[in-house]
Amino acid sequence: MPGKLKAKIVAGRHLPVMDRASDLTDAFVEVKFGNTTFKTDVYPKSLNPQWNSEWFKFEVDDEDLQDEPLQITVLDHDTYSANDAIGKVYIDIDPLLCSEAATVISGWLPIYDTIHGIRGEINVLVKVDLFNDLNRFRQSSCGVKFFCTTSIPRCYRAIMVHGFVEELVVNEDPEYQWIDRIRTPRASNEARQRLIFLMSGELQRKIGLKVLEMGGNAVVGYLQCFDLEGESGLVVRAIGTACTLEKISSTLPATATHPSNSSPSKDMKEPGFGEEAPGVPLSSGPPTPLRAQTFSSFSPSKSYSRQSSSSDTELSLTPKTVGIFLFPSTPALESESSPLPSAHLPHHLWPGMASRSTTPPPLRLSQSDTAILRKSVSFSEELLLAASGMGSGGSAGKEGGPLKALLRQQTQSALEQREYPFFTLAAFPPGFLLHVGGVVSARSVKLLDRIHNPDEPETRDAWWEEIRQEIKSHAKALGCHAVVGYSESTSICEEVCILSASGTAAILSSRFMQDGPLDTEHRLSRQPLCVFSTGSERVEGDMGSSASLGFEEVVSPGCGFCHIPYDELNIPFPAQLTYCYCCRRYKVPDVLFTTIDLPTEANVTGKGCLIQARLCRTKKKAQGEGNATVISNLLPFLEYELHTQLMNKLKLRGMNALFGLRIQISVGETMLLGLASATGVYLTALPSPGGIQIAGKTPSDITYEQHISNMQKKINDTIAKNKELYEINPPEVVEEIIGSPIPEPRQRSRLFRSQSESSDEVSELDLSHGKKDAFVLEIDDTDAVEDIHALLTDSPTPAGFYSCNTEIMPGIQNWTSAIQMFTSVRVFRLNANLTNQGLNKIFSDLCENLLKSLYFKLRSMVPCCLCHLNFTVAIPEDELIQVAVTAVAMSFDKEQLLENGKQSGEKTLIKAITENDEQLQFNLELNAETSAPNPLSSPKGLSEVGSHLSARASSMEKASPLPEGRSRSLRSNRSYSGSSVAVVKMTPLSFIPGAKIIKYLGIINMFFIRETTSLREEGGVSGFLHTFIAEVFAMVRAHVAALGGNAVVSYSMKECVFMENPNKNQAQCLINVSGDAVMFVRESELESTSVQTQSATTHTSNGAEGT
Amino acid sequence: MSVELDVFVGNTTIMDKEVYQLWLNGYTVNDAVKVRIEGGVMEECEASAEVLLSDTMDQYRTFQMCERLLHHPAKLANQLLFQIPPDRQAMLIERYYAFDDSFVREVLGKKLSKGTKKDLDDVSTKTGITLKSCRRQFDNFKRVFKVVEELKGPLVENIRQHFLLPDQLARDYAAIVFFANNRFETGKKKLHYLTFQDFAFCAGQLINNWTLGAVDNIMEDMDVDLDKEFLQELKDLKILITDKDLLDQHKSLVCTALRGKTNVFNEMEANFKNLSRGLVNIAAKLINAKDVRDFFIDLVEKFIEPFSLCLLYMGVIKSCILRMYHD
Repeated sequence: MPGKLKAKIVAGRHLPVMDRASDLTDAFVEVKFGNTTFKTDVYPKSLNPQWNSEWFKFEVDDEDLQDEPLQITVLDHDTYSANDAIGKVYIDIDPLLCSEAATVISGWLPIYDTIHGIRGEINVLVKVDLFNDLNRFRQSSCGVKFFCTTSIPRCYRAIMVHGFVEELVVNEDPEYQWIDRIRTPRASNEARQRLIFLMSGELQRKIGLKVLEMGGNAVVGYLQCFDLEGESGLVVRAIGTACTLEKISSTLPATATHPSNSSPSKDMKEPGFGEEAPGVPLSSGPPTPLRAQTFSSFSPSKSYSRQSSSSDTELSLTPKTVGIFLFPSTPALESESSPLPSAHLPHHLWPGMASRSTTPPPLRLSQSDTAILRKSVSFSEELLLAASGMGSGGSAGKEGGPLKALLRQQTQSALEQREYPFFTLAAFPPGFLLHVGGVVSARSVKLLDRIHNPDEPETRDAWWEEIRQEIKSHAKALGCHAVVGYSESTSICEEVCILSASGTAAILSSRFMQDGPLDTEHRLSRQPLCVFSTGSERVEGDMGSSASLGFEEVVSPGCGFCHIPYDELNIPFPAQLTYCYCCRRYKVPDVLFTTIDLPTEANVTGKGCLIQARLCRTKKKAQGEGNATVISNLLPFLEYELHTQLMNKLKLRGMNALFGLRIQISVGETMLLGLASATGVYLTALPSPGGIQIAGKTPSDITYEQHISNMQKKINDTIAKNKELYEINPPEVVEEIIGSPIPEPRQRSRLFRSQSESSDEVSELDLSHGKKDAFVLEIDDTDAVEDIHALLTDSPTPAGFYSCNTEIMPGIQNWTSAIQMFTSVRVFRLNANLTNQGLNKIFSDLCENLLKSLYFKLRSMVPCCLCHLNFTVAIPEDELIQVAVTAVAMSFDKEQLLENGKQSGEKTLIKAITENDEQLQFNLELNAETSAPNPLSSPKGLSEVGSHLSARASSMEKASPLPEGRSRSLRSNRSYSGSSVAVVKMTPLSFIPGAKIIKYLGIINMFFIRETTSLREEGGVSGFLHTFIAEVFAMVRAHVAALGGNAVVSYSMKECVFMENPNKNQAQCLINVSGDAVMFVRESELESTSVQTQSATTHTSNGAEGT
Repeated sequence: MSVELDVFVGNTTIMDKEVYQLWLNGYTVNDAVKVRIEGGVMEECEASAEVLLSDTMDQYRTFQMCERLLHHPAKLANQLLFQIPPDRQAMLIERYYAFDDSFVREVLGKKLSKGTKKDLDDVSTKTGITLKSCRRQFDNFKRVFKVVEELKGPLVENIRQHFLLPDQLARDYAAIVFFANNRFETGKKKLHYLTFQDFAFCAGQLINNWTLGAVDNIMEDMDVDLDKEFLQELKDLKILITDKDLLDQHKSLVCTALRGKTNVFNEMEANFKNLSRGLVNIAAKLINAKDVRDFFIDLVEKFIEPFSLCLLYMGVIKSCILRMYHD
């Protein structure tokens, strides 16, 4: 009995008229938690009742506290007949269970009814008294923090990244139970909403338990999804990354600034581990306290080269220089273009497709056993580092000096021991991400069957396990030991389900990782060590990254992640390697695809842009296994085509890398949809992409030739235009400088539209596009012509607009405070009997037009960037295509943009600094606090604030009314916040420009169903959905405000299932949204209040740590 | 092949002032798109007609959803459904309650009843204002009327508080309510030359001076109705024309007050008796509701017309005489 939940019903307002006779309502409220229900008095004849109830108290288990929502039902009292329900409010009390989050829920919450929508508001107060029983506390997972944000939350510091956590729970879908035949739609909807609330509570609790087991205290990048499997049930599943986070508070700075002095005794031990591990031979000696010594004594080559096969080579074995200290956290991600599809095409034709419920094993993106072998070697190096760095918990440390072999085994398994070395994070603390290998993905087609025993969802677990194994092996094939930016999704149509997982193979620094559970003591000892953002060597050493640094070489952080992690001689797929255009030391691929955000330290030339590949393929109608087989057969082609499109569009924009790649495949009865979205950029480290060359396959008459040359001209023009548009002008000098050392890569790569290989003709073509290698598009059939047309029909973004699907846009930093989050949904009805081309065109136009509409809508915010453009496609029924987009438009300051453009050479440097600034912010503040009360005393702080001020000022001056209005509104709102509704910002990003997040108040995870039987009266499908989405926004904002927040970050709409039956005048929609409720302070306000806030935050976090 | 559903929802509700005005003016979506195309927004923003149509429909839908809130402007500020910055809210309200002078002239002083509403299509044809817009304006009048009808306290202030209108607009609505309540006749041909603002000014004067609230200055009193007692007492004014002494005294007082302040002073002085009789007769009859209604027409017929007739007459005679008089 560790908790007492208390709720007080204060008042209601704007209630609907429930009594036609009096035009009034006799409202009362039922407050229910678990099986206990309390009621307020009836407040007669009012639409604005004042109940002012007593405190209703529920004494409950913490398990229930986590699983159950508080359910508030507002009813109209009726003397003679049954009381009519007005609506309900579900309150997730999880944020109250974590001492660092919200302490009270208080405010006006919309009363929601699944048939009528929002019907007035209710003012409630909810509190939780947790008993101070620490042990009990840890039995359930109360107190584990959850974040949707896919990076380390802004006011926390990562002490340890433990790794992947996953869980799923299943249940019968109430909508498909027999009882649904006899109950009202409202009852059915409510049963469903409530069930999903319970299930996600349970899921969260279970994940929390796993996190505690691993020794963590938080889940970052928490991604929860629903699979509405219809007859076969309802699955709620979640993945996330377990971490140990620590709130950045003023106590830390001391350690951060003078780490060596203040390190507690435990720390002293750590370095010991660090050394012992990497340099085993030295282990007999006492731990060397001096860092420099450690470095020198530790000659990387010896122990390694022996184990690594000789071919294993250049990677990182070259000795390092002292420059290490400058870049303590060199991230060196090696990356590689995601495997060319041609490589894996053959693999699709798997035998055994027809096996009962499972269709063929998921597609392999790349496969090369030799590569895997080799990789495992280089892989082990990394692991060794990892293990050494980590000192892996108690056991490894205590064993003292184990045998080399033993050690090696241990290290090798360091990451492998984790079942899945996956990370749902998409952005990392500096130094965490070393190399990127490329995108890995796996899909599998399954036939759904009824889940017989909901308590043991083994089949679903097994399915995902299969896929994850697949992903893991792909990553290995790329020479990587981890997968980052990992996500999972499904698409269901009738009884066929496509399970997909994708991520980016990567090599990570061991600094933040550790195996196995840590005892508290140990963890405590580590805390001071993990100041990732400062370059303190002690930290490096302790965490064992000195070793990794040694291997990773002195590499500019801007290009390290591009260096290939795999063995050059055994590339698992065709690719051209060149020496890195930044450091000239390591090999880089020609193209790099990833699912992560652009690392902040990356060197980028010019700006980025959204790149989409869209594809629609017809499919025969089929049932059961047959259907699954048909789908499995189509998938590889779909993926291949998507990849081709992406590649072509990337080249067309003169770019060489994709970030945030997300491929969505949606299945319908008669078609498959594929949508790949990513943000293209020009990575300075990678070679400049060649042009696109069109080759006629059948050179016949002159007109044809002319046609081709016309097209070629168009393409060349487009590339040139794009380069100008995105300011891509890499220094051309590079080539001469390197000259000889670069091994001649194959001079040209060919991209065939179809698999037909005909190399002879190609050789005759002049493929040179400038000096670069060209990409050849062969026109061998009408499809190809169509493709090229499609390529050219993507209209450029209008002037003043940029777009990307990642968190930030390279080259733009000077955001103003004007942001506008939005959701747009379109459903398109197709004619029957369309060809593939026709479908493609329609689908592509649909997406393009949607984007155009967005640009038009947001024109008053120019110059602005649409960030985190997240497209979701679905086939709600035959002949319907649904596209939903959620994104945020952010204005930026043009003046500064130009300036930045001029300094493009230093841009990346500046950027790195600013980013670091951000990471270091607490330090600055701390300094300020310790030395002088004014944070502006630090020059960096000054300039930062200054720039924000000027940004704001110019936004005010701007003629465009919208941003101006908005900023004005903000201020005025604050001034008379008493009466009007507080502004709550929403954004899919993890930050709010011009503001500092000072507190995370808890996760928002809401599921709503809305149904209507009077579709026409509510304005048709558009009116219905428009209202519903607005209502969802309103409820999210209200709950955030009630938690004491003023923004939602990392907001996403994960599900928007829309069904209509216009003939019956009915429609139903399900929406699932999530995000992190936060409290932010404008940086300008921070100036004056920083001291106060800081100390306040400190107190809270101290209090938190106390519990 | 068609777009079946198309919605855009922003966290901050996006509203285009121009489209809002078109919506208020009662344009259909297609007409609004035409107007916008002519306005050149397409070239400005590299948009297509399709995009414009989608945007217009979306905005129209948003306005329709907001409309029910606009009926109770106070709700707009504390509703949760739309996040609208306060300055935008003010704009929405002000424009929603704005009206066309030509429309208001048609209904000023009429009973705000269903019957009047039925005749709006005639008004629409006559004024060239779309029926939709006419209905909105009419409904606004009626809504404001209903709300403030029973309220105590100063009329203008009540309107301003309940409908969050800017001062001038609140005054105009006060005039409309006042006219509707007292059913002043304003539609007669003889009154056509008067603008709404003329009437509004008069209404302001009447409200400030002749209503219960004005006389007693007690908050519970109402501004909508004329002070019956006062009207009753107006009867006593008859003495100003029946009693010769009083008439002279009245004349001299008025003349002293007006001397040098009007360029028709002489004419006024010459005709004082007639003019005064006209006014006093109007005043004396005001106790009858019917005569209240005819207040303005009476003023015109019994005072302004004779006076201007007289002015006209005097003017001509004067110039003739001056011409004919050869010194």
